Amino acid sequence: MASAAGEVRLIGAWPSPFVLRPRVALNLKGVEYEFLQEKFGEKSELLLRSNPVYKKIPVLLHHDKPVCESMIIVEYVDEVWATTGQAILPADPYERALHRFWAVYVDDKWFPSMFGIAKAETEEAKAESAEQAWAGLKLLEEAFEKLSKGKTFFGGDTIGYVDIALGAYLGWAKVIEQMTGLKLLDEEKTPLLAVWAERFCAHEAVKEVMPETEKLMEFAKMRLGK
Amino acid sequence: MDQSSSLKFLGSWADSHTHRVRLALELKGLVFEYQEEDLVNPSPDLLRHNPIYKKVPALLHDGRAVVESLVILQYIDETWTDKPIMPADPFERAIVRFWCHFADDKLGPAVGLVFSSVGDGQKAAVDGVHENLKLLERELRDGAFKGRRFFGGDNIGLLDIVLGCGSYWLAVFEEVMEVKLVDPDTFPLFHAWLRDFEEQKEVKETIPPIDKLLKYARGIRQMMLSLSTDTITTIIGAPATGNTTSNNDAAVEEIGLLQESIVL
Repeated sequence: MASAAGEVRLIGAWPSPFVLRPRVALNLKGVEYEFLQEKFGEKSELLLRSNPVYKKIPVLLHHDKPVCESMIIVEYVDEVWATTGQAILPADPYERALHRFWAVYVDDKWFPSMFGIAKAETEEAKAESAEQAWAGLKLLEEAFEKLSKGKTFFGGDTIGYVDIALGAYLGWAKVIEQMTGLKLLDEEKTPLLAVWAERFCAHEAVKEVMPETEKLMEFAKMRLGK
Repeated sequence: MDQSSSLKFLGSWADSHTHRVRLALELKGLVFEYQEEDLVNPSPDLLRHNPIYKKVPALLHDGRAVVESLVILQYIDETWTDKPIMPADPFERAIVRFWCHFADDKLGPAVGLVFSSVGDGQKAAVDGVHENLKLLERELRDGAFKGRRFFGGDNIGLLDIVLGCGSYWLAVFEEVMEVKLVDPDTFPLFHAWLRDFEEQKEVKETIPPIDKLLKYARGIRQMMLSLSTDTITTIIGAPATGNTTSNNDAAVEEIGLLQESIVL
């Protein structure tokens, strides 16, 4: 379902995994939107006005009303365009609780361990962060088994809430793999997730907006001044 | 509807997240069994039902566990749809979720920092709470919650539950730390909302008596002050100096756990 130009706008930046999340959600629902790319190193007036509490991207502007926080935007998109496309959150309350739980886990526990690998200054610290990240992925592998019920995604046949939460980090996961030589999504450790990751990145709603690894690497190097 | 055999909830008496769940269950008029957990020594039940976080609260509905207080609250609202605690409109719902996130991500930690701060750090911590309360006061005055009795409108909603269950610590810390956190002149709307919230029947039945909370907070504060400054730095979250003794490590862990329960 297309929407009138200007009705849906998303303030963001192409390298951000948090921005990727609402983009996938909007794509899944077939909603047209204007993408407002923030300039690096400076925050636009519009962003500061729309998200005065956090001053962060992404911000969805729907009829100029701002919605902030990536997974809150995803849920908002799912509710507003409930009759279009596939449901992002399942209908059953217990299943919804499981999806919400794992999305919280991804952000609160797993992402910091993944990022810990990149930030690690010694080999020991790197190895420790990697162990934590792999341990987290093992839990996510079990969650995948339970939620997917043998299908392609956490959401079943279609991309769902946890797919979006976790999948958003795949671009940066690849960068970290290249930078450190460590394999995060290892077919031997987490076979189901390794397959899932390929399928997610190849999906219609994702592939146009998932940044290419080389571009992210360049961006990372530029930002880190290396 | 008979739920007495199918709803059980694991919590801890001084934990604000536990209070959130209890209040939601009370508001919905649900019957449940309650199991008190020792935060420092989780029961086998709790470890089984919340293996990843090993924390309260945990809700068991027909034996299936739901954990994480915000997840539990939405589960309760979506399963027992009478007396909704979330608004129906998607944009309103997004606003509620945003401020719940703010409560846990910004306001709660700021309040916790007041409690764990010492000396000069305390003024900065108090300022931090004021900065965050200002944001809420503004929303009540001119923004999303303008003109409302409760954040949920005429009735208590999910955001009231989240903000309210924990705001009692503000009064407790004011007394224990001898600081002013919610000045009715600076935060008239927040102050009025909190008084109104605490007068509600189900809220009175949920929140422990203030003197019990005061005693509890004083006890933890004393424990903290009796430890070295290095250890206190560890609790506040600065990089550990590694100078703590093993006795201190255990105390630090205990205080950390207890402190986590004392958040908005």
